[in-house]
Amino acid sequence: MKHFFTLLSHEIRMLLVNPSTYIAAVLFLGVMGFIFTGILESYSKTPQDVSPAHVFFNLFWLPVFFMVPLLTMKCLAEERRLGTIETLLTTSVTTTEVVLGKYGAAYLLYLSLWGATGGFFYILTKFASDARLLDAGPLMGGYLFIAVSGLLFVALGVFASSLSRNQAVAGILSFTMLFALIFGGRFLSDANWLNRDVLHPVKAAVDYAQVFSHYEDFTRGVIDTRQLLFYVSGTVLALIFSILGVEAKLLHS
Amino acid sequence: MSDQPPAIEVSRLVKTYAGVTAVSDISFTVARGEILGFLGPNGAGKSTTMRILTGYMPATSGRVNICGIPVATQPDDAKRKIGYMPENNPLPEDMRVSEYMYFRGRLKEVARRKLGPRIDEVLELCDLKRVRHKIIGQLSKGYRQRVGIAEAILAEPPVIIMDEPTIGLDPHQILIVRDLIASLRGRMTVIISSHILPEIEMTCDRVLIINQGRVVAQGTPADLRREILGHSTYRVELAGDFGSLPHVLATVERTLEIASEEEPGTEGFRVFTLSTARDDELGEPILRTLLDRNYRVRALNRAQPTLEDVFLAATRRSWDAVAAPRRAAK
Repeated sequence: MKHFFTLLSHEIRMLLVNPSTYIAAVLFLGVMGFIFTGILESYSKTPQDVSPAHVFFNLFWLPVFFMVPLLTMKCLAEERRLGTIETLLTTSVTTTEVVLGKYGAAYLLYLSLWGATGGFFYILTKFASDARLLDAGPLMGGYLFIAVSGLLFVALGVFASSLSRNQAVAGILSFTMLFALIFGGRFLSDANWLNRDVLHPVKAAVDYAQVFSHYEDFTRGVIDTRQLLFYVSGTVLALIFSILGVEAKLLHS
Repeated sequence: MSDQPPAIEVSRLVKTYAGVTAVSDISFTVARGEILGFLGPNGAGKSTTMRILTGYMPATSGRVNICGIPVATQPDDAKRKIGYMPENNPLPEDMRVSEYMYFRGRLKEVARRKLGPRIDEVLELCDLKRVRHKIIGQLSKGYRQRVGIAEAILAEPPVIIMDEPTIGLDPHQILIVRDLIASLRGRMTVIISSHILPEIEMTCDRVLIINQGRVVAQGTPADLRREILGHSTYRVELAGDFGSLPHVLATVERTLEIASEEEPGTEGFRVFTLSTARDDELGEPILRTLLDRNYRVRALNRAQPTLEDVFLAATRRSWDAVAAPRRAAK
Protein backbone atom coordinates (compact mmCIF):
# COMPACT_ATOMS: atom_id res chain seq x y z
CA MET A 1 0.00 0.00 0.00
CA LYS A 2 3.05 2.22 -0.33
CA HIS A 3 1.81 3.83 -3.53
CA PHE A 4 -1.85 4.10 -2.62
CA PHE A 5 -1.69 7.73 -1.53
CA THR A 6 0.46 8.74 -4.51
CA LEU A 7 -2.13 7.17 -6.81
CA LEU A 8 -5.08 8.57 -4.87
CA SER A 9 -3.75 12.14 -4.87
CA HIS A 10 -2.92 11.77 -8.56
CA GLU A 11 -6.44 10.58 -9.35
CA ILE A 12 -8.03 13.36 -7.31
CA ARG A 13 -5.88 15.93 -9.05
CA MET A 14 -6.82 14.51 -12.43
CA LEU A 15 -10.51 14.76 -11.49
CA LEU A 16 -10.04 18.33 -10.34
CA VAL A 17 -8.35 19.50 -13.54
CA ASN A 18 -10.87 17.74 -15.74
CA PRO A 19 -13.65 19.99 -17.07
CA SER A 20 -16.07 17.05 -17.22
CA THR A 21 -16.00 16.85 -13.42
CA TYR A 22 -17.27 20.40 -13.15
CA ILE A 23 -19.89 19.87 -15.83
CA ALA A 24 -21.12 16.77 -14.00
CA ALA A 25 -21.13 18.66 -10.68
CA VAL A 26 -23.09 21.59 -12.11
CA LEU A 27 -25.64 19.31 -13.75
CA PHE A 28 -25.97 17.23 -10.60
CA LEU A 29 -26.53 20.24 -8.36
CA GLY A 30 -28.89 21.75 -10.95
CA VAL A 31 -31.06 18.64 -11.10
CA MET A 32 -31.03 18.12 -7.34
CA GLY A 33 -31.82 21.78 -6.72
CA PHE A 34 -34.72 21.56 -9.14
CA ILE A 35 -36.06 18.50 -7.33
CA PHE A 36 -35.58 20.16 -3.96
CA THR A 37 -37.48 23.27 -5.06
CA GLY A 38 -40.26 21.05 -6.32
CA ILE A 39 -40.49 19.32 -2.96
CA LEU A 40 -40.57 22.63 -1.10
CA GLU A 41 -43.34 23.92 -3.37
CA SER A 42 -45.50 20.92 -2.65
CA TYR A 43 -44.85 21.44 1.07
CA SER A 44 -45.91 25.07 0.86
CA LYS A 45 -49.24 24.07 -0.72
CA THR A 46 -50.30 21.21 1.55
CA PRO A 47 -48.81 19.99 4.84
CA GLN A 48 -47.15 16.56 4.62
CA ASP A 49 -46.48 13.75 7.08
CA VAL A 50 -42.79 13.26 6.40
CA SER A 51 -39.90 15.71 6.42
CA PRO A 52 -38.63 17.13 3.12
CA ALA A 53 -35.28 15.39 3.70
CA HIS A 54 -37.06 12.05 3.57
CA VAL A 55 -38.67 12.80 0.22
CA PHE A 56 -35.47 14.30 -1.13
CA PHE A 57 -33.29 11.30 -0.30
CA ASN A 58 -35.96 8.92 -1.49
CA LEU A 59 -34.99 10.05 -4.98
CA PHE A 60 -31.36 9.00 -4.42
CA TRP A 61 -31.55 6.54 -7.33
CA LEU A 62 -31.97 9.27 -9.91
CA PRO A 63 -28.51 10.85 -9.52
CA VAL A 64 -26.99 7.42 -8.79
CA PHE A 65 -28.08 6.17 -12.21
CA PHE A 66 -26.39 8.93 -14.13
CA MET A 67 -23.63 10.14 -11.79
CA VAL A 68 -22.02 6.84 -10.84
CA PRO A 69 -21.56 5.58 -14.42
CA LEU A 70 -20.26 9.01 -15.48
CA LEU A 71 -17.79 9.19 -12.62
CA THR A 72 -16.47 5.66 -12.88
CA MET A 73 -16.74 4.58 -16.52
CA LYS A 74 -13.51 6.30 -17.41
CA CYS A 75 -11.26 5.10 -14.64
CA LEU A 76 -9.95 1.72 -15.79
CA ALA A 77 -11.35 1.60 -19.32
CA GLU A 78 -9.45 4.74 -20.33
CA GLU A 79 -6.18 3.47 -18.87
CA ARG A 80 -6.47 0.33 -20.91
CA ARG A 81 -7.51 2.08 -24.11
CA LEU A 82 -4.58 4.50 -23.93
CA GLY A 83 -2.23 1.74 -22.78
CA THR A 84 -1.09 3.75 -19.76
CA ILE A 85 -1.99 0.79 -17.57
CA GLU A 86 1.14 -0.81 -18.99
CA THR A 87 3.42 1.98 -17.79
CA LEU A 88 1.59 1.98 -14.47
CA LEU A 89 1.92 -1.74 -13.82
CA THR A 90 5.55 -1.95 -14.90
CA THR A 91 6.51 0.11 -11.89
CA SER A 92 6.37 -1.64 -8.53
CA VAL A 93 2.69 -0.75 -8.16
CA THR A 94 0.22 -3.56 -7.62
CA THR A 95 -3.13 -3.90 -9.39
CA THR A 96 -4.83 -3.63 -6.00
CA GLU A 97 -3.28 -0.22 -5.38
CA VAL A 98 -4.32 1.00 -8.82
CA VAL A 99 -7.92 -0.16 -8.41
CA LEU A 100 -8.19 1.17 -4.86
CA GLY A 101 -6.71 4.52 -5.88
CA LYS A 102 -9.26 4.91 -8.66
CA TYR A 103 -12.08 3.74 -6.43
CA GLY A 104 -11.07 6.05 -3.59
CA ALA A 105 -10.97 9.10 -5.84
CA ALA A 106 -14.34 8.32 -7.45
CA TYR A 107 -15.94 7.69 -4.07
CA LEU A 108 -14.60 10.91 -2.57
CA LEU A 109 -15.94 12.87 -5.51
CA TYR A 110 -19.32 11.13 -5.19
CA LEU A 111 -19.42 12.01 -1.49
CA SER A 112 -18.41 15.61 -2.03
CA LEU A 113 -21.10 16.07 -4.69
CA TRP A 114 -23.72 14.77 -2.29
CA GLY A 115 -22.16 16.83 0.47
CA ALA A 116 -22.76 19.94 -1.63
CA THR A 117 -26.52 19.29 -1.45
CA GLY A 118 -26.16 20.06 2.26
CA GLY A 119 -26.29 23.69 1.10
CA PHE A 120 -29.95 23.23 0.19
CA PHE A 121 -30.82 22.32 3.75
CA TYR A 122 -28.67 25.13 5.09
CA ILE A 123 -30.55 27.65 2.98
CA LEU A 124 -33.84 26.14 4.10
CA THR A 125 -33.03 26.53 7.82
CA LYS A 126 -31.73 30.02 7.25
CA PHE A 127 -34.91 31.27 5.59
CA ALA A 128 -37.75 28.99 6.64
CA SER A 129 -37.07 29.09 10.38
CA ASP A 130 -39.57 26.30 10.78
CA ALA A 131 -38.14 23.51 12.93
CA ARG A 132 -40.66 20.99 11.58
CA LEU A 133 -39.17 21.25 8.11
CA LEU A 134 -35.78 20.31 9.40
CA ASP A 135 -35.83 17.05 11.16
CA ALA A 136 -32.20 16.21 11.92
CA GLY A 137 -32.92 12.45 12.10
CA PRO A 138 -33.94 11.78 8.50
CA LEU A 139 -31.26 14.22 7.34
CA MET A 140 -28.43 12.42 9.10
CA GLY A 141 -29.90 9.03 8.20
CA GLY A 142 -30.23 10.07 4.59
CA TYR A 143 -26.62 11.22 4.32
CA LEU A 144 -25.41 8.12 6.13
CA PHE A 145 -27.36 5.96 3.70
CA ILE A 146 -25.85 7.86 0.76
CA ALA A 147 -22.34 7.32 2.16
CA VAL A 148 -22.80 3.63 2.87
CA SER A 149 -24.70 2.69 -0.29
CA GLY A 150 -22.30 4.83 -2.33
CA LEU A 151 -19.52 2.43 -1.36
CA LEU A 152 -21.24 -0.35 -3.28
CA PHE A 153 -22.55 1.76 -6.15
CA VAL A 154 -19.16 3.25 -6.94
CA ALA A 155 -17.49 -0.15 -6.58
CA LEU A 156 -19.93 -1.57 -9.14
CA GLY A 157 -19.05 1.26 -11.49
CA VAL A 158 -15.34 0.53 -11.10
CA PHE A 159 -16.00 -3.14 -11.74
CA ALA A 160 -17.90 -2.32 -14.95
CA SER A 161 -14.99 -0.14 -16.04
CA SER A 162 -12.54 -3.00 -15.52
CA LEU A 163 -14.45 -5.20 -17.94
CA SER A 164 -14.23 -3.12 -21.08
CA ARG A 165 -11.82 -0.79 -22.78
CA ASN A 166 -14.73 1.13 -24.23
CA GLN A 167 -16.03 3.84 -21.91
CA ALA A 168 -19.55 3.76 -23.35
CA VAL A 169 -19.84 0.01 -22.81
CA ALA A 170 -18.54 0.39 -19.26
CA GLY A 171 -21.02 3.20 -18.58
CA ILE A 172 -24.02 1.24 -19.86
CA LEU A 173 -22.86 -1.85 -18.01
CA SER A 174 -22.61 -0.01 -14.73
CA PHE A 175 -26.02 1.62 -15.32
CA THR A 176 -27.53 -1.83 -15.91
CA MET A 177 -25.94 -3.30 -12.79
CA LEU A 178 -27.11 -0.38 -10.65
CA PHE A 179 -30.58 -0.62 -12.11
CA ALA A 180 -30.73 -4.35 -11.39
CA LEU A 181 -29.51 -3.77 -7.83
CA ILE A 182 -31.86 -0.89 -6.99
CA PHE A 183 -35.05 -1.75 -8.88
CA GLY A 184 -34.50 -5.48 -9.45
CA GLY A 185 -35.12 -6.21 -5.77
CA ARG A 186 -38.30 -4.19 -5.76
CA PHE A 187 -39.52 -5.90 -8.90
CA LEU A 188 -38.76 -9.38 -7.55
CA SER A 189 -40.42 -8.72 -4.20
CA ASP A 190 -43.64 -7.89 -6.07
CA ALA A 191 -43.48 -11.09 -8.10
CA ASN A 192 -46.07 -13.67 -7.03
CA TRP A 193 -44.17 -16.73 -8.18
CA LEU A 194 -41.60 -16.14 -5.44
CA ASN A 195 -44.24 -16.67 -2.77
CA ARG A 196 -44.15 -20.47 -3.09
CA ASP A 197 -42.73 -22.37 -0.16
CA VAL A 198 -39.93 -23.96 -2.20
CA LEU A 199 -38.59 -20.56 -3.10
CA HIS A 200 -38.74 -19.24 0.42
CA PRO A 201 -34.93 -18.86 0.83
CA VAL A 202 -34.78 -16.93 -2.44
CA LYS A 203 -37.56 -14.68 -1.25
CA ALA A 204 -35.72 -14.08 2.01
CA ALA A 205 -32.55 -13.19 0.14
CA VAL A 206 -34.43 -10.79 -2.15
CA ASP A 207 -36.04 -9.09 0.84
CA TYR A 208 -32.68 -8.80 2.50
CA ALA A 209 -31.18 -7.06 -0.55
CA GLN A 210 -33.94 -4.42 -0.88
CA VAL A 211 -32.10 -1.12 -1.31
CA PHE A 212 -35.30 0.89 -0.74
CA SER A 213 -36.13 -0.82 2.53
CA HIS A 214 -32.53 -0.20 3.66
CA TYR A 215 -33.13 3.44 2.90
CA GLU A 216 -36.35 3.47 4.92
CA ASP A 217 -34.49 1.97 7.89
CA PHE A 218 -31.66 4.46 7.71
CA THR A 219 -33.95 7.48 7.61
CA ARG A 220 -35.93 6.09 10.54
CA GLY A 221 -32.66 5.93 12.44
CA VAL A 222 -32.31 2.15 12.38
CA ILE A 223 -28.71 1.29 11.55
CA ASP A 224 -28.78 -2.43 11.03
CA THR A 225 -25.37 -4.12 10.96
CA ARG A 226 -26.73 -6.70 8.50
CA GLN A 227 -27.36 -3.88 6.07
CA LEU A 228 -23.94 -2.37 6.65
CA LEU A 229 -22.50 -5.83 6.06
CA PHE A 230 -24.48 -6.12 2.84
CA TYR A 231 -22.93 -2.94 1.44
CA VAL A 232 -19.42 -3.50 2.77
CA SER A 233 -19.22 -7.11 1.63
CA GLY A 234 -20.72 -6.18 -1.73
CA THR A 235 -18.09 -3.44 -2.09
CA VAL A 236 -15.24 -5.78 -1.21
CA LEU A 237 -16.52 -8.36 -3.65
CA ALA A 238 -16.94 -5.84 -6.48
CA LEU A 239 -13.43 -4.49 -5.88
CA ILE A 240 -11.91 -7.98 -5.81
CA PHE A 241 -13.65 -8.72 -9.09
CA SER A 242 -12.33 -5.44 -10.53
CA ILE A 243 -8.78 -6.41 -9.57
CA LEU A 244 -9.29 -9.84 -11.09
CA GLY A 245 -10.83 -8.22 -14.15
CA VAL A 246 -7.76 -6.06 -14.73
CA GLU A 247 -5.39 -8.97 -14.15
CA ALA A 248 -7.36 -11.36 -16.34
CA LYS A 249 -7.11 -8.89 -19.23
CA LEU A 250 -3.34 -8.81 -18.72
CA LEU A 251 -3.09 -12.58 -18.90
CA HIS A 252 -5.09 -12.72 -22.09
CA SER A 253 -4.05 -9.48 -23.75
CA MET B 1 32.54 -6.18 -10.83
CA SER B 2 32.95 -9.53 -12.58
CA ASP B 3 31.05 -11.48 -9.93
CA GLN B 4 27.92 -9.40 -10.53
CA PRO B 5 25.16 -11.23 -12.35
CA PRO B 6 24.49 -10.08 -15.93
CA ALA B 7 21.92 -7.34 -16.34
CA ILE B 8 19.43 -9.54 -18.14
CA GLU B 9 19.37 -13.28 -18.25
CA VAL B 10 16.66 -15.03 -20.22
CA SER B 11 16.55 -18.77 -20.48
CA ARG B 12 14.17 -21.00 -22.39
CA LEU B 13 11.40 -18.42 -22.43
CA VAL B 14 8.08 -19.63 -23.87
CA LYS B 15 4.82 -17.71 -24.20
CA THR B 16 1.68 -19.10 -25.75
CA TYR B 17 -1.66 -17.36 -26.13
CA ALA B 18 -4.68 -19.50 -26.73
CA GLY B 19 -2.68 -22.13 -28.55
CA VAL B 20 -0.57 -19.70 -30.57
CA THR B 21 3.09 -19.70 -29.68
CA ALA B 22 4.29 -16.10 -29.65
CA VAL B 23 7.70 -16.80 -28.13
CA SER B 24 9.23 -20.24 -28.28
CA ASP B 25 12.33 -21.11 -26.36
CA ILE B 26 14.28 -17.86 -26.40
CA SER B 27 17.50 -17.64 -24.40
CA PHE B 28 19.97 -14.78 -24.24
CA THR B 29 21.99 -12.73 -21.80
CA VAL B 30 22.86 -9.07 -21.83
CA ALA B 31 25.94 -7.82 -19.99
CA ARG B 32 25.87 -4.67 -17.89
CA GLY B 33 26.28 -1.47 -19.85
CA GLU B 34 25.56 -3.12 -23.16
CA ILE B 35 23.11 -1.82 -25.77
CA LEU B 36 21.19 -4.64 -27.37
CA GLY B 37 19.12 -4.25 -30.50
CA PHE B 38 16.08 -6.41 -30.88
CA LEU B 39 15.22 -7.01 -34.49
CA GLY B 40 12.42 -8.89 -36.08
CA PRO B 41 9.55 -8.59 -38.52
CA ASN B 42 6.12 -7.58 -37.25
CA GLY B 43 4.60 -10.22 -35.04
CA ALA B 44 7.93 -11.91 -34.37
CA GLY B 45 7.46 -11.73 -30.61
CA LYS B 46 9.57 -8.64 -29.83
CA SER B 47 6.94 -6.80 -27.83
CA THR B 48 5.83 -9.96 -26.07
CA THR B 49 9.39 -10.73 -24.98
CA MET B 50 9.83 -7.18 -23.71
CA ARG B 51 6.57 -7.29 -21.79
CA ILE B 52 7.65 -10.50 -20.11
CA LEU B 53 11.03 -8.96 -19.25
CA THR B 54 9.29 -6.05 -17.54
CA GLY B 55 7.02 -8.36 -15.55
CA TYR B 56 3.89 -6.94 -17.17
CA MET B 57 2.95 -10.30 -18.58
CA PRO B 58 3.68 -13.72 -17.13
CA ALA B 59 5.60 -16.22 -19.25
CA THR B 60 4.22 -19.67 -19.98
CA SER B 61 7.54 -21.21 -19.03
CA GLY B 62 11.19 -20.22 -18.78
CA ARG B 63 13.15 -17.94 -16.50
CA VAL B 64 13.98 -14.23 -16.64
CA ASN B 65 16.44 -12.59 -14.25
CA ILE B 66 17.00 -8.85 -14.11
CA CYS B 67 20.29 -8.07 -12.34
CA GLY B 68 20.03 -11.51 -10.75
CA ILE B 69 16.46 -10.99 -9.52
CA PRO B 70 13.89 -13.44 -10.91
CA VAL B 71 10.99 -11.49 -12.44
CA ALA B 72 8.44 -14.24 -11.88
CA THR B 73 8.90 -14.58 -8.12
CA GLN B 74 10.07 -11.09 -7.10
CA PRO B 75 8.29 -8.85 -9.59
CA ASP B 76 8.39 -5.72 -7.41
CA ASP B 77 12.15 -5.82 -6.90
CA ALA B 78 12.76 -6.60 -10.56
CA LYS B 79 10.47 -3.78 -11.70
CA ARG B 80 12.49 -1.29 -9.66
CA LYS B 81 15.52 -2.13 -11.82
CA ILE B 82 13.77 -1.39 -15.09
CA GLY B 83 12.79 1.74 -16.97
CA TYR B 84 10.32 0.74 -19.63
CA MET B 85 8.86 2.55 -22.57
CA PRO B 86 6.09 0.49 -24.16
CA GLU B 87 5.17 0.27 -27.81
CA ASN B 88 3.41 3.42 -29.10
CA ASN B 89 4.52 5.20 -25.92
CA PRO B 90 1.23 5.62 -24.05
CA LEU B 91 1.03 8.87 -22.05
CA PRO B 92 -1.84 10.48 -20.16
CA GLU B 93 -3.31 13.18 -22.38
CA ASP B 94 -4.32 15.76 -19.81
CA MET B 95 -1.22 16.18 -17.64
CA ARG B 96 1.61 18.65 -17.89
CA VAL B 97 5.06 17.24 -18.63
CA SER B 98 6.50 18.25 -15.25
CA GLU B 99 3.46 16.89 -13.38
CA TYR B 100 3.74 13.60 -15.20
CA MET B 101 7.43 13.37 -14.36
CA TYR B 102 6.73 14.10 -10.72
CA PHE B 103 3.97 11.49 -10.55
CA ARG B 104 6.14 8.85 -12.21
CA GLY B 105 9.07 9.71 -9.98
CA ARG B 106 6.95 9.22 -6.90
CA LEU B 107 5.68 5.88 -8.22
CA LYS B 108 9.24 4.82 -8.91
CA GLU B 109 10.15 5.67 -5.34
CA VAL B 110 12.57 8.48 -6.06
CA ALA B 111 13.00 10.41 -2.81
CA ARG B 112 10.94 13.60 -2.79
CA ARG B 113 14.03 15.69 -2.05
CA LYS B 114 15.98 14.33 -5.01
CA LEU B 115 13.07 14.28 -7.43
CA GLY B 116 13.03 17.99 -8.34
CA PRO B 117 16.69 18.21 -9.37
CA ARG B 118 16.48 14.84 -11.10
CA ILE B 119 13.47 15.96 -13.18
CA ASP B 120 15.38 19.09 -14.21
CA GLU B 121 18.34 16.96 -15.18
CA VAL B 122 16.29 14.50 -17.24
CA LEU B 123 14.32 17.25 -18.99
CA GLU B 124 17.60 18.96 -19.85
CA LEU B 125 19.03 15.71 -21.19
CA CYS B 126 16.02 15.08 -23.40
CA ASP B 127 15.77 18.74 -24.47
CA LEU B 128 12.29 19.09 -22.97
CA LYS B 129 12.86 22.23 -20.89
CA ARG B 130 10.84 24.39 -23.23
CA VAL B 131 7.73 22.24 -22.98
CA ARG B 132 7.84 21.33 -19.31
CA HIS B 133 4.65 23.25 -18.54
CA LYS B 134 2.77 22.11 -21.63
CA ILE B 135 -0.01 19.55 -21.59
CA ILE B 136 1.17 16.23 -23.00
CA GLY B 137 -1.88 15.82 -25.26
CA GLN B 138 -0.85 18.97 -27.14
CA LEU B 139 2.74 17.95 -27.80
CA SER B 140 4.00 16.76 -31.17
CA LYS B 141 5.02 13.17 -31.70
CA GLY B 142 8.73 13.92 -31.31
CA TYR B 143 8.24 15.58 -27.96
CA ARG B 144 5.95 12.84 -26.74
CA GLN B 145 8.53 10.25 -27.67
CA ARG B 146 11.18 12.16 -25.73
CA VAL B 147 8.85 12.44 -22.75
CA GLY B 148 8.61 8.63 -22.86
CA ILE B 149 12.37 8.27 -22.91
CA ALA B 150 12.83 10.84 -20.14
CA GLU B 151 10.32 8.91 -18.05
CA ALA B 152 12.16 5.63 -18.66
CA ILE B 153 15.51 7.01 -17.45
CA LEU B 154 13.99 9.11 -14.64
CA ALA B 155 14.74 6.81 -11.72
CA GLU B 156 18.20 5.92 -13.11
CA PRO B 157 17.41 2.22 -13.38
CA PRO B 158 20.23 -0.13 -14.36
CA VAL B 159 18.15 -1.59 -17.20
CA ILE B 160 16.21 0.37 -19.83
CA ILE B 161 13.81 -1.36 -22.17
CA MET B 162 12.36 0.61 -25.05
CA ASP B 163 9.93 -0.80 -27.58
CA GLU B 164 10.40 0.99 -30.90
CA PRO B 165 11.59 4.32 -29.47
CA THR B 166 12.04 5.98 -32.86
CA ILE B 167 8.85 4.92 -34.60
CA GLY B 168 7.14 7.81 -36.35
CA LEU B 169 9.92 10.35 -35.86
CA ASP B 170 11.46 12.50 -38.53
CA PRO B 171 15.16 11.97 -39.39
CA HIS B 172 16.28 14.90 -37.26
CA GLN B 173 14.44 13.61 -34.22
CA ILE B 174 15.73 10.09 -34.82
CA LEU B 175 19.22 11.55 -34.67
CA ILE B 176 18.48 13.19 -31.31
CA VAL B 177 16.99 10.01 -29.87
CA ARG B 178 19.92 7.98 -31.15
CA ASP B 179 22.40 10.34 -29.49
CA LEU B 180 20.39 10.11 -26.32
CA ILE B 181 20.54 6.33 -26.32
CA ALA B 182 24.23 6.38 -27.15
CA SER B 183 24.81 8.70 -24.18
CA LEU B 184 23.49 5.96 -21.89
CA ARG B 185 26.13 3.52 -23.11
CA GLY B 186 28.23 2.08 -20.33
CA ARG B 187 26.04 3.49 -17.55
CA MET B 188 22.85 1.61 -18.24
CA THR B 189 21.94 -1.58 -20.01
CA VAL B 190 19.61 -0.79 -22.86
CA ILE B 191 17.40 -3.00 -24.99
CA ILE B 192 15.74 -1.34 -27.94
CA SER B 193 13.56 -2.95 -30.53
CA SER B 194 13.14 -1.62 -33.98
CA HIS B 195 12.79 -2.64 -37.54
CA ILE B 196 14.68 0.38 -38.75
CA LEU B 197 17.96 -1.33 -39.38
CA PRO B 198 20.52 1.45 -39.86
CA GLU B 199 19.33 2.74 -36.55
CA ILE B 200 20.10 -0.48 -34.70
CA GLU B 201 23.38 -0.80 -36.52
CA MET B 202 24.51 2.62 -35.40
CA THR B 203 23.53 2.47 -31.74
CA CYS B 204 23.73 -1.16 -30.71
CA ASP B 205 26.69 -3.16 -29.50
CA ARG B 206 24.93 -6.38 -30.23
CA VAL B 207 21.95 -7.44 -32.29
CA LEU B 208 19.45 -10.18 -31.67
CA ILE B 209 17.27 -11.15 -34.59
CA ILE B 210 14.11 -13.01 -33.75
CA ASN B 211 11.52 -14.40 -36.07
CA GLN B 212 8.38 -16.36 -35.30
CA GLY B 213 9.29 -16.41 -31.65
CA ARG B 214 12.78 -17.85 -32.10
CA VAL B 215 16.22 -16.31 -31.95
CA VAL B 216 17.54 -16.75 -35.47
CA ALA B 217 20.81 -14.89 -35.08
CA GLN B 218 22.76 -12.92 -32.53
CA GLY B 219 26.08 -11.12 -32.38
CA THR B 220 27.67 -7.82 -33.33
CA PRO B 221 26.54 -6.41 -36.67
CA ALA B 222 29.91 -7.37 -38.19
CA ASP B 223 29.73 -10.93 -36.88
CA LEU B 224 26.25 -11.33 -38.21
CA ARG B 225 27.26 -10.27 -41.68
CA ARG B 226 29.96 -12.90 -41.77
CA GLU B 227 27.86 -15.59 -40.17
CA ILE B 228 24.60 -15.17 -42.00
CA LEU B 229 25.74 -14.16 -45.43
CA GLY B 230 28.92 -16.27 -45.33
CA HIS B 231 30.45 -14.53 -48.33
CA SER B 232 31.72 -11.21 -49.60
CA THR B 233 30.55 -9.59 -52.78
CA TYR B 234 32.34 -7.39 -55.29
CA ARG B 235 30.85 -5.24 -57.95
CA VAL B 236 32.84 -4.75 -61.09
CA GLU B 237 32.09 -2.82 -64.28
CA LEU B 238 34.11 -3.99 -67.25
CA ALA B 239 34.25 -4.51 -70.99
CA GLY B 240 35.97 -7.29 -72.91
CA ASP B 241 35.51 -11.00 -73.53
CA PHE B 242 32.54 -11.84 -71.30
CA GLY B 243 32.51 -15.54 -72.32
CA SER B 244 35.81 -16.43 -70.68
CA LEU B 245 35.22 -14.32 -67.59
CA PRO B 246 34.25 -17.25 -65.28
CA HIS B 247 37.54 -19.05 -66.06
CA VAL B 248 39.53 -15.92 -65.50
CA LEU B 249 37.88 -15.37 -62.16
CA ALA B 250 38.49 -18.97 -61.11
CA THR B 251 42.22 -18.39 -61.53
CA VAL B 252 42.08 -15.63 -58.94
CA GLU B 253 40.14 -17.59 -56.32
CA ARG B 254 38.42 -20.95 -56.60
CA THR B 255 35.17 -19.86 -55.03
CA LEU B 256 34.88 -16.59 -56.91
CA GLU B 257 31.92 -16.71 -59.25
CA ILE B 258 29.44 -14.44 -61.01
CA ALA B 259 26.38 -13.97 -58.85
CA SER B 260 24.51 -11.75 -61.27
CA GLU B 261 25.10 -9.59 -64.29
CA GLU B 262 23.38 -6.62 -65.81
CA GLU B 263 22.56 -5.79 -69.44
CA PRO B 264 25.45 -4.27 -71.42
CA GLY B 265 25.39 -0.49 -71.06
CA THR B 266 27.02 2.16 -73.21
CA GLU B 267 30.37 1.44 -74.85
CA GLY B 268 30.05 -2.29 -74.12
CA PHE B 269 30.53 -2.11 -70.36
CA ARG B 270 28.62 -4.51 -68.15
CA VAL B 271 28.23 -4.64 -64.40
CA PHE B 272 28.88 -7.98 -62.71
CA THR B 273 28.31 -8.93 -59.12
CA LEU B 274 30.84 -11.44 -57.91
CA SER B 275 30.65 -13.47 -54.76
CA THR B 276 33.24 -15.45 -52.86
CA ALA B 277 33.47 -17.46 -49.68
CA ARG B 278 36.77 -15.78 -48.86
CA ASP B 279 36.48 -13.13 -46.23
CA ASP B 280 39.69 -11.21 -46.79
CA GLU B 281 40.27 -8.48 -49.35
CA LEU B 282 40.42 -9.78 -52.92
CA GLY B 283 40.07 -6.47 -54.74
CA GLU B 284 43.66 -6.08 -55.76
CA PRO B 285 44.22 -9.61 -57.19
CA ILE B 286 40.95 -9.37 -59.12
CA LEU B 287 41.87 -6.02 -60.61
CA ARG B 288 45.40 -7.16 -61.53
CA THR B 289 44.18 -10.37 -63.18
CA LEU B 290 41.48 -8.63 -65.15
CA LEU B 291 43.90 -6.01 -66.43
CA ASP B 292 46.46 -8.68 -67.36
CA ARG B 293 43.79 -10.41 -69.49
CA ASN B 294 43.12 -7.16 -71.32
CA TYR B 295 39.74 -6.42 -69.80
CA ARG B 296 38.85 -2.76 -69.59
CA VAL B 297 37.83 -2.13 -66.01
CA ARG B 298 35.91 1.03 -65.18
CA ALA B 299 34.94 0.34 -61.57
CA LEU B 300 35.56 -2.21 -58.86
CA ASN B 301 34.37 -2.12 -55.33
CA ARG B 302 33.63 -4.41 -52.48
CA ALA B 303 29.96 -4.30 -51.59
CA GLN B 304 29.29 -3.76 -47.89
CA PRO B 305 26.33 -5.93 -46.98
CA THR B 306 23.96 -3.92 -44.82
CA LEU B 307 22.24 -5.24 -41.76
CA GLU B 308 19.19 -5.28 -43.97
CA ASP B 309 20.67 -8.05 -46.09
CA VAL B 310 21.59 -9.92 -42.93
CA PHE B 311 18.11 -9.47 -41.55
CA LEU B 312 16.43 -10.65 -44.72
CA ALA B 313 18.74 -13.64 -45.00
CA ALA B 314 18.31 -14.60 -41.36
CA THR B 315 14.55 -14.34 -41.36
CA ARG B 316 14.28 -16.18 -44.67
CA ARG B 317 16.51 -18.93 -43.35
CA SER B 318 14.32 -19.34 -40.30
CA TRP B 319 11.17 -19.48 -42.39
CA ASP B 320 12.78 -22.19 -44.50
CA ALA B 321 13.67 -24.07 -41.33
CA VAL B 322 10.11 -23.88 -40.07
CA ALA B 323 8.55 -24.68 -43.43
CA ALA B 324 10.82 -27.65 -44.23
CA PRO B 325 9.60 -30.14 -41.60
CA ARG B 326 6.02 -29.30 -42.45
CA ARG B 327 6.58 -30.06 -46.10
CA ALA B 328 8.32 -33.30 -45.13
CA ALA B 329 5.36 -34.27 -42.96
CA LYS B 330 2.98 -33.95 -45.89
